[in-house]
Amino acid sequence: MSEPTVILNASALQRALARIAHEIAERNDLSTDVVLVGVQRRGVHLAQRLAGFLSGIWGHQVPVGSVDVGMHRDDLGRQVAPKIHPTVMPFDISGRTVVLVDDVLFSGRTTRAALDALTDLGRPKRIQLAVLIDRGHRELPIKADFVGKNVPTSLAERIRVVLQETEGQDVVYLEKK
Amino acid sequence: MTWNRKHLLDMESLSADEIITVLDTARVFKAVGERAIKKVPALRGKTVVNLFIEPSTRTRISFELAALRLTADVINFTAEASSLKKGETLKDTARNLEALNADIMIIRHSATGAPHFLSRFLNASVINAGDGAHEHPTQALLDTFTIRERKGKVEGLNVTILGDILYSRVARSNIWALTKLGAHVTLCGPSTLVPRLFEQMGCRVTYDVEQAIANADIINLLRIQHERQRKTMFPSLNEYTALFGLNKERLARTKPDVIIMHPGPINRGVEIDSEIADCGRSVILEQVTNGLAVRMAVLFLVNGGQGPQEIAA
Repeated sequence: MSEPTVILNASALQRALARIAHEIAERNDLSTDVVLVGVQRRGVHLAQRLAGFLSGIWGHQVPVGSVDVGMHRDDLGRQVAPKIHPTVMPFDISGRTVVLVDDVLFSGRTTRAALDALTDLGRPKRIQLAVLIDRGHRELPIKADFVGKNVPTSLAERIRVVLQETEGQDVVYLEKK
Repeated sequence: MTWNRKHLLDMESLSADEIITVLDTARVFKAVGERAIKKVPALRGKTVVNLFIEPSTRTRISFELAALRLTADVINFTAEASSLKKGETLKDTARNLEALNADIMIIRHSATGAPHFLSRFLNASVINAGDGAHEHPTQALLDTFTIRERKGKVEGLNVTILGDILYSRVARSNIWALTKLGAHVTLCGPSTLVPRLFEQMGCRVTYDVEQAIANADIINLLRIQHERQRKTMFPSLNEYTALFGLNKERLARTKPDVIIMHPGPINRGVEIDSEIADCGRSVILEQVTNGLAVRMAVLFLVNGGQGPQEIAA
């Protein structure tokens, strides 16, 4: 395996999140409508960080939930059952603006599953999608509303997101498979 | 995450890691049952057959609802209204059901090893819902789940199983699960129903009920299974109640935080006093709720487990 390329270091990652937060604030006039929902697992940490930036901008707390897509994937039964994590939604998403947060947008299948999972929990007024990295290669008609960094990739590469909360540092790598 | 199995046949062959995987998965499925929409599409398009050759109400209903909540189609097959009565063999019955493209077959049978037998020639996943006096793995999983949820752990706890051990598949499966997870298991009941042989499974055997319950963190009561006993194994039910029944006086001499479990159906006034069955320390109805979550987890995991069978150490 060749040397991985750093595509976001710690400060660039933090700046990307700050910019996404400002874009979310700009797009959503009614700040009290907005809730953040992270896709398990890294999306949850990113959603919490975005909530921190947004509460600074808006001057009030922004609710954060998490959603696991394991039960809604379209490849169940084709491979070993995925590990599933809790879906925690300590508020009603019906009528709210849900900003779905994930680390990497790739085929779009995870987002599709997350949209289905959210539908089981209520009927949001609208759902927006925020991702740290968009690496292309969509297999479904899904597009992010907020993107930290667009990274053109080949299918032989993969993106590895390392976060402070789980691995003790912030960095995003582009690696050869 | 440890699960590569296509079937769930017994607890004996599961590793501690595999048991923990089921319990962790079940915890998430339990939360699904608490939502307004209690259904997820994980088994959409799959067909689940409940092949119950021996009567059962709660286990069959629990599996049926678990499969429905995963959006599977469910067929219920009971021996009374079937071609088994016309002389068809179990193998042929199972093959016919599989010819309808069943993906998962849940079997209860009075013969030990019936699920293992089916797993050898079926393409479908097989789940053991009780085979004779051998094993009842989902009951052990839901009991372990309940203990873990109530006590926060299983390791190091004193679990007393009280009653008919000899004829109990629930006892056998529980003993495997609990000892693998590091609990100390004590068995107690009439000596005719609790052979010393069980000490070989790593349990303590005692015929003194006071000694059995004094240090217990969990008391799991088992029903006297009249239907399995070849002849009377003890003089009378009244005597059983007097010697081994859990009553208020005995409960007063247990740890204050002991929890009372029972796989059901309970015989009020025989193995358990009516008021104890309904008291705050009884988790009998929680077991039913947890059973649904555990069975959803098992269906979810075997549906995915299409890789090679991993023989866990």
